[in-house]
Amino acid sequence: MATTTHSKPLVELEAATVRFCGDSGDGMQLAGTQLTNTSALAGNDIATFPDFPAEIRAPRGTKAGVSGFQIRFASTEIFTPGDQVDALVAMNPAALTTNLVDLVPGGILIVNKDAFDEKGMAQAGYKTNPLEDGSLDGYQLFPVEMTRLTRLAVEGLGLGQKESDRCRNFYAMGLTFWLYDRSLEPTQRYIEEKFGKMPAVAEANRRALTAGYNYGETTDAMASQFSVQKAELKPGLYRNITGNQAVAWGLVTASQRSGCELFYGSYPITPASDILHELVRHKNFGVRTFQAEDEIAAVTSAIGAAFGGGMGVTASSGPGIALKTEAIGLAVMTELPLLIINVQRGGPSTGLPTKTEQADLLQALFGRNGECPVPVVAARSPADCFDATIEAWRIATRHMTPVFLLTDGYIANGAEPWRVPDVDSLPQFIVKHPQGTENGDVFHPYARDEKLARPWALPGTPGLMHRIGGLEKQDITGNVNYEAANHEHMVNLRARKVALVANDIPPQEVDGAKSGKLLVISWGGTYGACATAVKEVHAAGGSVGHAHLRYLNPFPSNLGDIIRRFDRVLIPELNRGQLRMVIRAEFLVDAVGLNKIQGKPFAVREVTEKIEAMLK
Amino acid sequence: MSTETALPVLTPGDFASDQEVRWCPGCGDYSILAQMKKVLPTLGIAPEKTVFVSGIGCSSRFPYYMNTYGIHSIHGRAPAVASGLKVSRPDLSVWVITGDGDALSIGGNHLMHAIRRNLNLNIILFNNRIYGLTKGQYSPTSVLGQVTKSTPNGVIDNPLHPLSVAIGCEATFVARSIDVNIKHLSAMLKRAAEHVGTSFVEVYQNCNVFNDGAFEYATGRDTKADSTLELEHGKPLIFGKNRDKGIRLNGMQPEVVELGKGISEDDLLFHDEKATEPTLAYLLSRMSQPDFPEPIGVFRAIDAPRYEERLADQIAAAQKKGKGDLQTLFNSGETWTVE
Repeated sequence: MATTTHSKPLVELEAATVRFCGDSGDGMQLAGTQLTNTSALAGNDIATFPDFPAEIRAPRGTKAGVSGFQIRFASTEIFTPGDQVDALVAMNPAALTTNLVDLVPGGILIVNKDAFDEKGMAQAGYKTNPLEDGSLDGYQLFPVEMTRLTRLAVEGLGLGQKESDRCRNFYAMGLTFWLYDRSLEPTQRYIEEKFGKMPAVAEANRRALTAGYNYGETTDAMASQFSVQKAELKPGLYRNITGNQAVAWGLVTASQRSGCELFYGSYPITPASDILHELVRHKNFGVRTFQAEDEIAAVTSAIGAAFGGGMGVTASSGPGIALKTEAIGLAVMTELPLLIINVQRGGPSTGLPTKTEQADLLQALFGRNGECPVPVVAARSPADCFDATIEAWRIATRHMTPVFLLTDGYIANGAEPWRVPDVDSLPQFIVKHPQGTENGDVFHPYARDEKLARPWALPGTPGLMHRIGGLEKQDITGNVNYEAANHEHMVNLRARKVALVANDIPPQEVDGAKSGKLLVISWGGTYGACATAVKEVHAAGGSVGHAHLRYLNPFPSNLGDIIRRFDRVLIPELNRGQLRMVIRAEFLVDAVGLNKIQGKPFAVREVTEKIEAMLK
Repeated sequence: MSTETALPVLTPGDFASDQEVRWCPGCGDYSILAQMKKVLPTLGIAPEKTVFVSGIGCSSRFPYYMNTYGIHSIHGRAPAVASGLKVSRPDLSVWVITGDGDALSIGGNHLMHAIRRNLNLNIILFNNRIYGLTKGQYSPTSVLGQVTKSTPNGVIDNPLHPLSVAIGCEATFVARSIDVNIKHLSAMLKRAAEHVGTSFVEVYQNCNVFNDGAFEYATGRDTKADSTLELEHGKPLIFGKNRDKGIRLNGMQPEVVELGKGISEDDLLFHDEKATEPTLAYLLSRMSQPDFPEPIGVFRAIDAPRYEERLADQIAAAQKKGKGDLQTLFNSGETWTVE
């Protein structure tokens, strides 16, 4: 709810992009999350981009320790958290110097003036005080004594200086909330829930929040407030959801809708761990989580669970997926359903653990020994992770195969509004297991149905005892077999089985132009930037269409036809051109890449500029 | 009226698969397979409720020869595969068949964690002190100085004692037997099956191709009585052809003593497999040739909670407040309505 009285003029905006940045201990992720939830509850469309360092606590005040959270809220439908920010809240000099580049000219710059002491400025590399030397004249600069004013606000509550300073993020939130005419209520509720058992801390945070808000309201520093109206979203009940949470809920849902009890084997790794943290809260759904001793045990325990009829799932990021490789081959050979989730991050090796990248596509497609095909599905946005997860498990059970689900750090940590589905409208695919034969027929574990899927016979079923393993199988009987012709036959059979998944997925859709000069093909978390860019250029009359791929193996069967309807193909990716390599090989098309490997998502303008250049 | 359906009387043949057994003629694995088939019908567990899980190595072919459910998985990972299976299907009787290389080298980590979780698994380690399937390289249990294909100048790694490792991992059941000592072996397999929790059994197994005679001291007619010692709960540690030797504690060190000459049975160390602390079991696991007879039998058998039961308890506790409902989950927490 907006406040009812405004002491200053209220300027209406279509959208606003705000970034909080500060030390990793300054509570910037919390500030961003609170503004996100408040804006979502106010009815805006939202997109977020949390960006934090790999170090848990880098030395205080250093550039390495800067943590940021960007949020865009709008009265129209949006797909990205914005290329540039309209308002930047910087808690210290290091945050200012590392983030200023993204602030629009003339943008609002709120800084904690108290942090600009000699030491702080030296750590950030400032020779003179930027708040005083005129270097920030191109922005609307608001230096606020946040440390001093927060301490004053919490005085008398018996808090030490360190504890008092910890409330500074609430002061910054309060001021930002005033600036964008946001209600304090959701954050006040949060404070009560989170700190209710520590009354002094709760009260201090409440006071800091209010003090920040009142600073905007009563001082002459800021001349006007901004407001962003509700977005015209499809009617329904909404909630805010991150990609990792959506994966976790998708897993619980897929388990319920398939009738397979969820077993989640995992080993902690950034940025996938939040899936585990979310799942452990849902034991009331019978969810079994297993924090394994390593990545290999995480996947092999899931394979064991799958043999027993469970919904075997493992998730990790690139380095962990590399360790699981041999076991994924075992799941291919034993033809058991298994879901492998890769929340991609910057690589190779340990790489950039907290930054996003799309460089594990070829790993998912080919990163195993032998001819070892696995279907690959990729989610395109935080909320889409929910549907993509259910779809991946559907494919796994219907086709008796391990399936890769690719997400990335950007959509895993990012949030957007999710229209809560009616459970009855979700796919239901109760898995059927063969029952024992009464007439004493010999059971053939590698006999196949029309999809070439083998029967999923469960231990405990009389008469169906069988042994599976990683050695080559004889067709139909599943017995160990080393014959030359059988091996070639089985390799081809497994490939054909995965190729047949193409008959079981929807045809590829194209947005914008259906034929013409340029087709943009994208996949995964770059959807927002690519969709927005194509929409803009197409609306301005450009002959450009957009095919965003959810299915990367096999491709939808109409993809070749779509490609041939366009003169040229552009494939933007956060890697050196992995999908491009596959598309070129598969369709013999001279696709062009737009490639960025900076641990950051695409800015819309980067894609727009490339499209426009190619249309010239 | 009884509602129980009587189990059909099972025989070893009911547990034999139709696959040709392909170990080398004379391999110790044949004996272990035969004893397993003898023991399983006595357990009252149907073949379809039994699962054998293995890794890679000669011993790991075992599941193919059993008419039960089975997974021949990948090198070293059998304990992890079995853990996932047991956690999601506590109703099944799950056996892990592994070797010294599979369990202690490439799969050491999984073995360690399966044991500490105390899942109700039966882990049988066929110890032949050599890599057989890859044709004769030394293993983590090969003895110092052993000449193998990969150690022409002798092994320089200190060997692991499998039972010491298991005890260090908080094992609740630890036993040792010998492939050709068939009565003892079947008794140990039965005890392992009956123990609720992770049972770890080391079986001395002769690889007659790449490490023939490695356990000659423990199996030879003339040597076995003096070089092995059969453990019995509550009984003194006595061994020798004439049962005239025993183990006595000297401070914290065991020593071999001769009975008579002023030393009676009461002076000897008495075995207690139920000791809460694993100290005695560990001490026994360290006794090795040529200084000591090597104990066979049950070293340790204590009752402790199982991982799968604790997890099931947590799930039951969560469900006490009501089973999960998807729509309730979706609608929970902060939401808003767009008209």
